[in-house]
Formats: sequence, structure tokens, C-alpha cells
Amino acid sequence: MNTLVLRETTRILVALILVFSVFMLMRGHNEPGGGFVGGLIASIAFSLHAFVAGSAALRKVLRADPSRIGAVGLGLAIASGFVAAAGGDSPFLTSSWVTVSGIKVGSPLLFDVGVYLVVVGAVLTFVLGIKEEK
Amino acid sequence: MTGGTSGAKVPAYARAVVAIPVALFAWFCTMVPQVAGGASLYWEVRWLPQQGIALGFHVDGLALLFALLITGIGSFILLYASEYMRGQAHVGRFTAFLVSFMLAMLGLVLSDNLVGLFVFWELTAVTSFLLIGYSHEEATARRAALQGLLVTGAGALAMLAGFVLLGEAAGTYSLREMLAGAGLADHPSYAAILALVLAGAFTKSAQFPFHFWLPNAMAAPTPVSAYLHSATMVKAGVFLLARVSPILGGTAEWAAVLTGVGAFTAVYSAAVALTRTDLKQVLAYSTVMALGTCVMFIGLPPGDGFAPGALAAVTAVFVHALYKAALFMAAGTIDRATGTRDLRALGGLGRAMPLTFAASALASLSMAGAPPFLGFLGKEMLYSTALDSPAGLWAVAAVFLASAMIVTVALLVGAFPFAGRRETARREPREGRWPLWVGSLTLGACALIGGLWAPAAFDSLLLPAASAVAGRGLEFHPHLWPGMKPEVLLSAATLAVGVIVYWRRAALLAGLGRALALIPVTGDRSYDASMAGIARLAAWHTRWVQCGTHRRYILVVFGTLGVGLAAAIAVKGVASWPTGLPGASAVEWTLAAMIAASALVTIRARSRLLAICALGVVGTGAALVFALYGAPDVALTQLMVETLVVVIVAMVLLKLPDFRGEVRQTWTGRWRDGIVAVTVGLAITLVLLAVLAEPKSRDLTAYFERTALPEGFGRNVVNVILVDFRGLDTLGEITVLAVASMAGFALIRWRAIRPARRAAARAEGRP
Repeated sequence: MNTLVLRETTRILVALILVFSVFMLMRGHNEPGGGFVGGLIASIAFSLHAFVAGSAALRKVLRADPSRIGAVGLGLAIASGFVAAAGGDSPFLTSSWVTVSGIKVGSPLLFDVGVYLVVVGAVLTFVLGIKEEK
Repeated sequence: MTGGTSGAKVPAYARAVVAIPVALFAWFCTMVPQVAGGASLYWEVRWLPQQGIALGFHVDGLALLFALLITGIGSFILLYASEYMRGQAHVGRFTAFLVSFMLAMLGLVLSDNLVGLFVFWELTAVTSFLLIGYSHEEATARRAALQGLLVTGAGALAMLAGFVLLGEAAGTYSLREMLAGAGLADHPSYAAILALVLAGAFTKSAQFPFHFWLPNAMAAPTPVSAYLHSATMVKAGVFLLARVSPILGGTAEWAAVLTGVGAFTAVYSAAVALTRTDLKQVLAYSTVMALGTCVMFIGLPPGDGFAPGALAAVTAVFVHALYKAALFMAAGTIDRATGTRDLRALGGLGRAMPLTFAASALASLSMAGAPPFLGFLGKEMLYSTALDSPAGLWAVAAVFLASAMIVTVALLVGAFPFAGRRETARREPREGRWPLWVGSLTLGACALIGGLWAPAAFDSLLLPAASAVAGRGLEFHPHLWPGMKPEVLLSAATLAVGVIVYWRRAALLAGLGRALALIPVTGDRSYDASMAGIARLAAWHTRWVQCGTHRRYILVVFGTLGVGLAAAIAVKGVASWPTGLPGASAVEWTLAAMIAASALVTIRARSRLLAICALGVVGTGAALVFALYGAPDVALTQLMVETLVVVIVAMVLLKLPDFRGEVRQTWTGRWRDGIVAVTVGLAITLVLLAVLAEPKSRDLTAYFERTALPEGFGRNVVNVILVDFRGLDTLGEITVLAVASMAGFALIRWRAIRPARRAAARAEGRP
């Protein structure tokens, strides 16, 4: 799995795919995309990195344990549900929006980022688990 | 629990946290005049308005009495714990659990809604589990924690069912509204409600035959035993019975079960208490006795004269909470000072620990029911109520037997460790620091003051509480010397018998111990037997179902799916066969051909890698179908999932051993697999055709298309549904995803982790 061509293309590809995954996450609200797909794409990029550079290199890039990334994502998604509830008497997961320099930003975006992180965490938990199995 | 070092510092938060119960206690104190005047206070937080469930908090006499006990005793317990746990591991965790328990217990007694009450009830069980299991490296503590959780949890599940029936029968889940309405004694489901609610109350309040978990719970650190397992949590069952007695009480069944179970529990556990030598075990069994007495008097049918069981029961709760918390704290101090709780090794501590001795003496005098303590009034009331009741003689006999034995117990725990000769073998005992004795001394003094100023205690606390239980205003004028009445004579006789038993205990207790040992079945042993039974059943079931072969699992799953779908189609008769070939474009035909061809390749492939790649093509084909029919989001996701599946499976394959030498499947096996595959495929196709034959409803689609932009601010309807309109569903899904990844990780790592753990355990010298 360690040919020169694969190694060199991967360096560019991983970065490109990761940027693309964030792009997919952000455009999800108006065009096809979203946190789930974005997370899957990012997982593919990370898996590719693990394939080529090894699981130790992937852990170094991630900095955090994938299960922790998933946990943070889940916490973010749950927290986004309280954004509106904290302001008033709205039920859990009511969306709330603010306009920042002409762009509408809302708690669903936070929720979607949570979904993104959960997917990345879950997939990479499997990938690293399998790759590191003795 | 003797590992603490006196040199370690007490963390600041452990002392600061005492402010919480003190502030709450002061707040509840301000409500006393209002509630004593007959008013009741109410707060409400919206919770599930759709289900008619609100987080309602209701302060009447009964709730206020319990709230004052919880916060008042809680203040002293937290102070005591800060000193008692000095130098122990995880003091922060311990303090957090203790405060959480206190808040849960407050929620329990103040809850107006049955569902809220149940949630708080379970929260007390969870915190109790965590606190009993505080010394989680000891097997006995773990077992006791689990036992307490399972016994009270099983009861609570029954109780939840009872609550649902109760709520449906009464037409409301609010206790206030229920109490305002008529009783439910004539309702058709009365018997079921009663049995289920009693199951919850009896397990929580350790009534026979569920009493065994409470003595085992003494594995917890002493502050926990003093607080949860004597003064507050175990009284939750008594509280519930008192709370629902206007709704469910007054019937023959109610009276028979409560008095019968309560009286037996009281007499039996008082006898067991006498035969124990561990100070905490003795106290634990005497707690069970006190709970039995409370249950008995809540159920006691009222007589002609004044003296409802409610007042006797409420007084018993109050008296017991004061003296028992004090005695437990003193027992912990003795344990800390001498390194033992064994009565046979204790003696002569009076001079070395004068303040603990004073506290113990005050508390045990109240426990024995000596005048002028509050305990004397309590016992007098038990006798007068029992004499007045139609169940008279039996009730009096039970109270007499149990109380006489408890007098002996009081002498054993309150006088014995301090009197006589000191055991010289142990280290030199010293009085503990002030947080260790201030609580028990104050509570002991309260028992004395409460007796001396009885009218004030009754008017402000006990009568309002009893009135809430009885459902009508009560009046009572306590007298320390009511004259030569039968209850006074009985009280005196009880004391005399108790003292004689103490004096002659060597011979009497040995005989009692032998008699109790003859009982063949105990709750504890039955618990062990049923636990072992469950484990055996699980092992048998696992051997049967979990064969360990992946192929077999898939076969069973898909076989069941195929047969189930086929049966459903056959029974419903919804099969609609297509008539003629559907008109499709060249692109669609090509796609279909590609999917079919790669499916064939998958089946025929000789190498696994080829099979996986071919399967990926099938999935990609499906993604293209989605894209073709205007579902780009689904197509995108399908494509990514397919890619990842191929990547992950390829990774697994790389790890697997070379499979060229593998035994090929037999022809029978291939036929079996083929039949299952074709059945599933055919069944799914038929279901899809049947679904498509139905006329399409576009209501939902139209709604989402109309509202996505103005209400969700997004043009991608699918995504707006996922993250906004149906966000809760997505939250559930990602939670499942996170949990599944943990489970998968555990499975992958299981074999790697197990030998490492074993090696670590061996290095530490554990078995």
C-alpha cells in the first residue's frame, strides 16, 4: 500500500477531500449535502490517510481519540437543542437564527456540525480499531 | 473504611457544600407557619404539557416534615462526611453523589406529579447504588450496591405500572387533584393498583421479605448509611404509603397487608438486630424494625376514639430519623477512633470520647422510649393507637415485642461500647474532631427538646403532616405524664423487659440466635439463587442463539426477514404482479443491467476482494438510481456509504488469513443460501410493487416544500427535515451511531484487551 504515486497523490487528495467535506457540510442547507454526507466524506479522507501513512500518523493528525470526537459531536448536537430553549419557553430542538453580516446562522448548523463529528468519530473508531488490531 | 489519614486536608468544597442544605433548611423553615396554618404551597414547571405532565412541586404538612428532615439531617451529614472522608480517594465524587441524592430525595417528597415522583424515586435508587458501591474495589460493596439497585428497581418498575393504572383510574397524574377527589377503593383495578404500588413501597422501605438489601447496604461509608439507609431514602416507601393512604387506604385489604407485613417485619428484624455484633448491622436491622412499625401504623384500621395511625406513624418517622442518624454518626466515629465496629471488641470508651458518648446516650434513650424524650411520646402513641384499634391485641403484642427488643438494642449500641473495661489491644481511642460529634449531639439534643416542648413540635410539624395523611384536620395535645393509663404502664413494662433482657443477654441471645438460624429460607439466599438462575438461563440462551458463525447469523436474520415478509404478503394478499414490461429509457435499462451483472459477479467471484468490489458496484448502481429519480442527497449518502463499506471490508480482509485453502461450501449449503436470498429479494420486490400500487399522498411533501424556506430558512428540503423539522429523530440516530461505534470498538478490541487486563490483575496479585 505504499507506492510512491499513491503516497504523493494522497497528500493532495486528503486535503482536497477534507475541504470538500466542509463545503458539503456548509452548503447542505440549500443544496445537496449536509452533516451526514460531509462526515462520510471526511471519514474517507482520513481512512485514505490511515491506509497510506499508517494508523499512528492518523492519530497524530486527529490529535483526539475518534470516540472522543464522536462524543463531542453528540454533545454539540444536544447542546444546539437548548439554544432556543434557553432564550424562551420553546421546546427542545427548536431552531433559532441570527443574521451575521447578511448570512443567516442558526442552531441547525450547530446541530449539523454535531452530526458531522459523530459520523467522523464513529467511522474512524471502526477504521482505527480494525487497523490497530493485533 | 479505616484507611483515612488524619494528616490529609479536608477539601474546601467538602465544607462549602454544607451551605446548600443549610440554605434549603432555612427556606423550608420559613414555610412552617403557613403550612401549620393549613395552607399548602405549589410551584409548577412545564415539562410534557402534551401528556398533561408537569413538574409540580407541592409543599403540605407531610412533604414539609420530610423536606426538613432531609435538609436538616443532610446539613449535619455533609459536615460529618467532610471530616469522615478525610484522606479517602474520590472525595469530590462522593460529595457530588451525596448532594445529588439529597436533591433527588427532596424532589421525591415534593413532587406533585406521579411521573415526577417516579423519576425522583429512581434517581434516589441510582445515587444510592453509586454510594453503596463507593468502595468499588471490594466485591461485597459491589454486590450490595447491585442488590439494592435490583431489589428496589424491580419494585419501582412494578410501582410505575401501578402509577399508570392509578393515573388512568383517577383521570389525573397530579397527587393534589387525586387527593381532592374521591378514593379509588371501588375501582375495578383497585387490587392491581394496590399490589403494584405496595411492591414499590415495600422494596424501597425494606419490608419483609425484601428487607435483606438494607443490612447489606451497610457496605457503604457510614455517612451514607446514616443518611440514605436510615434517615431518608428508606423512608420513601413509608412516605409513599402515607401519601396515597387517602386514595388507596381504608379498605380491608389495605389494613390486612400493611399491618400484617409491617408487624412481622418489626418483630422479626428486632430479633435479628439483637443477634448481630457489628454495630452497623445492629443499627440496620433496628431501622428495618422502625420502618415495619411505620408501615403497620399507616395501615392500622382506626378505632372509635381519637388516635389515627397516621399520627403515630408520622411521629415514629420523625423520632426514628433523629435518633438513628445520631447513632449511625456515633458508630462511624467509634469505628474511626478504635478501628472496629464489633461489639465484642468495644468497651470503656466513655472517658476517652465523652461527647460521642453523650450524643449516643441521648439518642439511645430516645430510641428506648425513656421519658422525657420524644421517643417516649412516640411509643406512648403507638400503644394508645394500637389499644384503640379493632386489631387491638395483636397490634399491642407486636409493638410490645418489637419495642422491648429495641430497648435492649438501644442499650447495646448506646451504652455498651462506652461502659465497662476498655479493650487494651486496640489503639488508644480519642474523641473525633468537631464535625464528627456536633451532628449527633445536636440531633440527640433535638430528641430531648422535642420531648420537653412536645406541644410545639406537634403543632408545627407532626400534626400538619398527620393531617395531610389522614385527609382531615387533626388535634392532639401531648402530655409527658397523661396519668396512669394503660399505654403508660405498657411503656414502663417495655422498658423493664428490655433492661432485663440486656442484663441476662448472654443466655437469652444465644438461644435467640439458634432459633433464627433454623429459618431455612432467607431473602439474601433466594436473591443469590435467582441471580445464579438468571446467569444460567443467559448462558443457555447464548449457547443456543449465539453460535459465533457470521454466516449463520446472516442466514437467520435474512431467513426470518424473507419468511416474515412472504407470510405478510400471503396473508394480506397484496401481491400485485406487473403487467408487461415497464417503459424505461435506455439509461435506466443500462443501469439495471449493470446492477444485475455485478450482482452475478459477486456471487460467482472466487476471490473475496473481487466480491467486495462487485458488491460496491451494485451499491453504486443503486446510488445512480437515486440520482436519476431526483434524490441527490440520498444518492450522495449511498455513494459515500458504499465507498466506506468497501474500504472497511477491504481492511478486514487484509487482516484475515489467506483463504485460498478454505473449505468451499457444499452444494446443499449453496442451495440453502440461494433459496434464502431469492426469497428475500422476491419478497422485497413484491412489497415495493404493492407500495407503488397504492395511490401516492403528497400532503407531507407539499407541507415540507411549502414551509422549508420560510420556517427552516433552507432550500434543501431533505436537509431542513433532517436538522430542523425532524431533528429529534436525527439526534436519536446519531446517538445510536455513537453507541454502535463504542460497541463495535469493544468487540474489535475485546480479544486484545482481555489478556492485558489479566496480566495487570496478576501483577497486582488479584485472582
